Amino acid sequence: MKTTPSKKLRRPSNGLTQQSESDDTRWNLRLYVAGQTPRSLTAFKNLKEICEKYLKGQYHIEVIDLMENPTLARGDQILAIPTLVRKLPQPIRKIIGDLSNAERVLVGLDIQPRSN
Amino acid sequence: MRPNRRNHSRPLNGLQKERTGIPGFDEITLGGLPAGRPTLLCGSAGAGKTLFAMEFLVRGATLYNQPGVFISFEESNEELTTNVASLGFDLNQLIVDKKLVLDYVFIERSEIEETGEYDLEGLFLRLGHAIDSIGAKRIVLDTLEALFSALPNEAIIRAELRRLFRWLKEKGVTALITCERGEGKLTRYGLEEYVADCVILLDNRVENQISTRRMRIVKYRGTSHGTNEYPFLIDEKGFSVVPITSLGLSHPAPTEYISSGIARLDTMLDGKGFYRGSSILVSGTAGTGKSTIGAHFVESACARGERALFFAFEESQDQIVRNMRSIGIDLEKFVKKGLLKFQNARPSTWGLELHLAMIHNMISEFSPSVVMVDPITNFLAIGDRIETKQMLTRLIDFLKSRQITAMFTSLTSGGDDLEDSEVDVSSLMDAWLLVKNIECNGERNRGLYILKARGVAHSNQIREFLLTDHGIQLVDAYVGSEGVLMGSARSSQVAREKAAEVDRKQVMERKQRELRRKQELYEAQLIALKSQYETERDTILRELEEEKQRQQVVAVQRLEIARLRQADNGEVQMQGNGARKSRKGTAR
Repeated sequence: MKTTPSKKLRRPSNGLTQQSESDDTRWNLRLYVAGQTPRSLTAFKNLKEICEKYLKGQYHIEVIDLMENPTLARGDQILAIPTLVRKLPQPIRKIIGDLSNAERVLVGLDIQPRSN
Repeated sequence: MRPNRRNHSRPLNGLQKERTGIPGFDEITLGGLPAGRPTLLCGSAGAGKTLFAMEFLVRGATLYNQPGVFISFEESNEELTTNVASLGFDLNQLIVDKKLVLDYVFIERSEIEETGEYDLEGLFLRLGHAIDSIGAKRIVLDTLEALFSALPNEAIIRAELRRLFRWLKEKGVTALITCERGEGKLTRYGLEEYVADCVILLDNRVENQISTRRMRIVKYRGTSHGTNEYPFLIDEKGFSVVPITSLGLSHPAPTEYISSGIARLDTMLDGKGFYRGSSILVSGTAGTGKSTIGAHFVESACARGERALFFAFEESQDQIVRNMRSIGIDLEKFVKKGLLKFQNARPSTWGLELHLAMIHNMISEFSPSVVMVDPITNFLAIGDRIETKQMLTRLIDFLKSRQITAMFTSLTSGGDDLEDSEVDVSSLMDAWLLVKNIECNGERNRGLYILKARGVAHSNQIREFLLTDHGIQLVDAYVGSEGVLMGSARSSQVAREKAAEVDRKQVMERKQRELRRKQELYEAQLIALKSQYETERDTILRELEEEKQRQQVVAVQRLEIARLRQADNGEVQMQGNGARKSRKGTAR
């Protein structure tokens, strides 16, 4: 596992991080983190890798740092950190953990059928 | 804030406590929950955990100005608000006033996929934000165990819970964590190992088809606390715990007297009645007039302008009012005046403890000076002798501590020894009136006597008591040559005696009349005799006078004759007959 390119997370301000790779936002993903912990960074790196590999050009990642905006935890009922929320396509799905198991992330996001 | 501080942060063994404001609970815990520490509240479903926790927050916000946070894992904010509205808690207003934050943490297990490591920092942030937003001093987590079913990795949850409790302590909030009771242990997921300071157990047991809510402080580190199981109830005013067992024998003893309501009974009690604040037992078999004695007692209290509370476990209010009216006791007017209050309930409506709690609450609310419980023996239907006695002991202690004069009726079943008070409470009572049916001559009569009256010189006599249309009348039983008689035997004996007396009187009058007659008779005879004597005396005197006159006439005639025959013989003439005889002799 390589070190996360932390500059990607650090670049946006106020914790509300827009990570848009394209205008096609069929996949609207939200990653909830709490501060820049190694686990959060790992999760972001893992998510990025998966998205680049499977959803290239059709995803939008929003990183929310609850340390800075704790009120936002209510909206998506966030308990665990990190939590990845699939806002679109519906229905909402949640994946908790550092997303280190790519296969389960794919299942969780419904990119890959569970049968695998 | 300032007056509250004195209340809630009383140092006790170094441990500060936070008042819950729940009646009774602060007494048994000697001050409330441990301040700034988490407390575990466990109990099975429906035991009242959520209500207890919510009341802890609401009271804290309203009474002690301590804002609170309610984190619910089971009920939504709307559901919670609706549920506790029935207890008179207006959560919405508290939320507007920034005294309360409700946060519903909802986790849908099915939409969660777990991949790799995580922590519950999100929850911590939410709690932290909620606490900081209103400066909360109290927090409730209801039911934290929902995490176990919501998240798959138990090891992570356990590690996070440990951290959570530590974090709550650091935050300095008084936390109440509810959890489900597990099989054979306090909590299903063993949360008690994380929260070691204070553990409260709520219980809802069903015995004889009657459920009773009970509470016990399983553990309270660093302080003493009541260790018993305390009954509690949830009514329209919320939670209340009944810690009556904590009362002891330290109640004051007033020297004032209070009338029994029956003049003649007061006379039997040294002319004064009962001591105020004493407990009076009226026992007797069925239909002996126990309730009527109680009604008199209550009526006299109300007539003096005192408040009276009537706990009736057999009759409805209307029934009692009607029945007592028939013997001239008008209770209705006192009900209307608000001096008299009835509490009618079948004993089986609630468990013993709940009854005690209800009585306790009613008394606290109405603050009567006289309480009537009719009858206590009905409690035996819902508890055994020991339980009933314990309950009554606590009730009596409570009443005494408030200096309430209480009258209890006790039904003695026919076969039992009359002087056996059925529920073994006689030793707790200060005065004991025994009403019994005395059967003789084919009729039953009511007899009343005072078995005991502590500190009152009382009569040892059995009085017959009659139920008349103007209440109870106590009559002396007939005591005389024929023994002790009551009822018709007494009245017939009295009549007999009256007749005999009349007879005797008549005889005497007759004799007196006779005497008078005799006297008159003899007096009349005396007068007659006297007049007869006088007549006879007059006759004799008259005869004597006539004789005398005759003799005088004779003497005159003799002189005349002599003078005529012997003109010369002056001698003879002078000496009369004697001279004549001697002259004759000498002449011969």
